[in-house]
Amino acid sequence: MPIVYILWLRQIKRYLRSKARIIGSLGQPLLFMVAFGFGFGPVFSKAGEGNYIQFLVPGVICMSILFTATFTGLEIIWDRQFGFLKEMLVAPVSRIKIMIGRSLGGATVAVIQGLIVLFLSYIIGFSLPGPMALVLSLGFMFLIAFLFTLFGTAIASSLKDVQGFQLIVNFLIMPIFFLSGAFFPLDGLPKGILSVVKFNPLSYGVDALRGSLVGLNHFSLWHDFYVLGAVIVVFLLLSSYLFSKIEA
Amino acid sequence: MIEVKKLQKRFKNFTAVDDISFSVKEGDIFAFLGPNGAGKTTTIKMLTTTLKPSGGEITLNGYNPLTQKDKARHSFGIVFQDASLDDELTAYENMMIHAVLYRVPKAERKTKIKHLLEFVELWDRKGKLVKTFSGGMKRRLEIAKGLLHHPKILFLDEPTQGLDPQTRNHIWEYIKKMNQEEKMTVFFTTHYIEEAEKMADTVTVIDHGKIIDSGTPEELKIKTGKTNLEEAFIALTGNIIRDEEADGLEQMRRRQRHH
Ligand SMILES: Nc1ncnc2c1ncn2[C@@H]1O[C@H](COP(=O)(O)OP(=O)(O)OP(=O)(O)O)[C@@H](O)[C@H]1O
Ligand SMILES: [Mg+2]
Repeated sequence: MPIVYILWLRQIKRYLRSKARIIGSLGQPLLFMVAFGFGFGPVFSKAGEGNYIQFLVPGVICMSILFTATFTGLEIIWDRQFGFLKEMLVAPVSRIKIMIGRSLGGATVAVIQGLIVLFLSYIIGFSLPGPMALVLSLGFMFLIAFLFTLFGTAIASSLKDVQGFQLIVNFLIMPIFFLSGAFFPLDGLPKGILSVVKFNPLSYGVDALRGSLVGLNHFSLWHDFYVLGAVIVVFLLLSSYLFSKIEA
Repeated sequence: MIEVKKLQKRFKNFTAVDDISFSVKEGDIFAFLGPNGAGKTTTIKMLTTTLKPSGGEITLNGYNPLTQKDKARHSFGIVFQDASLDDELTAYENMMIHAVLYRVPKAERKTKIKHLLEFVELWDRKGKLVKTFSGGMKRRLEIAKGLLHHPKILFLDEPTQGLDPQTRNHIWEYIKKMNQEEKMTVFFTTHYIEEAEKMADTVTVIDHGKIIDSGTPEELKIKTGKTNLEEAFIALTGNIIRDEEADGLEQMRRRQRHH
């Protein structure tokens, strides 16, 4: 337990010390909410889909969590660069504990980031649900964050240097984000795209958050919960395995 | 305590460690000497579970670091040749993480950290971020961190590089004391040959991935007919200067360190 805690704390401290990063990473979600929210709002309501801001905000929170969580996982590349990775590699500690500690830290950071976005959205007119629903959505935010920190860690563990980084952002994170239903409803999508969306774990995160925050679901909350939970277990095992294969 | 048989490491078509065998007795202070690029760090990496050998066998405290990684890791501590600190954390925080990872009992953590930070004269800077430290200060912190827990085997890969003579003596006294009081086995490399002459029970010389010779400092001096170990070392390994072929990542780290 102290081992998980100290690795969690490390991530939190690193996050709190990078003020520039905190502020910088809020720009993008804010832009999406303002530009898309107000830009597409009229079209969306004309099509009879209701209030676009209400629809969009859970998606933007997911985006923010996706990016923060994945990047925190990918930080292992920098740990390698600056040497701290070696400290973890030779430590007489099970790899799975290292993964859990690190990733809980990354997940906490990503959830905080998501909460800030939620707060900002409230300012621009998003109406919040009751306290129970908020707690439920907090739980889902955490699952999404944990899942993608593990995902980032797994990828970073199989990379040797920073070179592959841009490739990952463009060919993995961006598609995960755009093909998750964060921006558009899943009802009535063409079959091809829908099956890609269904393969994407973030879709269940977006659906769960939209369900718990504004009561709009494509799947059901339990369905989302099971999928997210199962993917987390798979990624936890996968990232621990890949981490154990890293050579210094 | 350490048993190495026909150990080999090939990187693509280059053989960094070429079929070496040696053993280290429990409680021994063992110096592993060799010119730049001889294969010292590569050997240490294989002994300490972070690099997979291309061939051969290793036993460490009775365990195989390849198949019994966890048990092997419980047996040793290490001070790396290059950085292993988190620059974004303070000196104290780095020490605390290490203490927890190596299961120093909670009641002892604070006093031990204080003791060691005072020992390397960094106590008054304990709250400063490591990225603001000079090269020598970082090195001292690396050593303090390595001495925080008392393993059966302590690996030191050029622990004192870049430190002034006073600090080096001071640190070696401490290590010697640990070795005597706790029968801790010490495996170290250095380019300050006089450190090996003064501290080591056994010296093994490696060059181009092969073991050249082995014995007590006295024996090596007699064998080569030299009056000190440094001359004996040069006699054994020749006068040619080695160019270090650092890989890209290593070069980047070095540059990082110089800033
Ligand atoms: N990952 C790697 N890929 C390719 N070659 C490598 C790698 N790591 C080390 N080498 C090569 O193996 C040889 C031995 O390197 P090693 O780091 O073990 O030397 P060393 O004895 O520790 O030298 P130094 O005194 O400079 O630290 C060198 O020629 C080095 O370039
Ligand atoms: Mg070396």
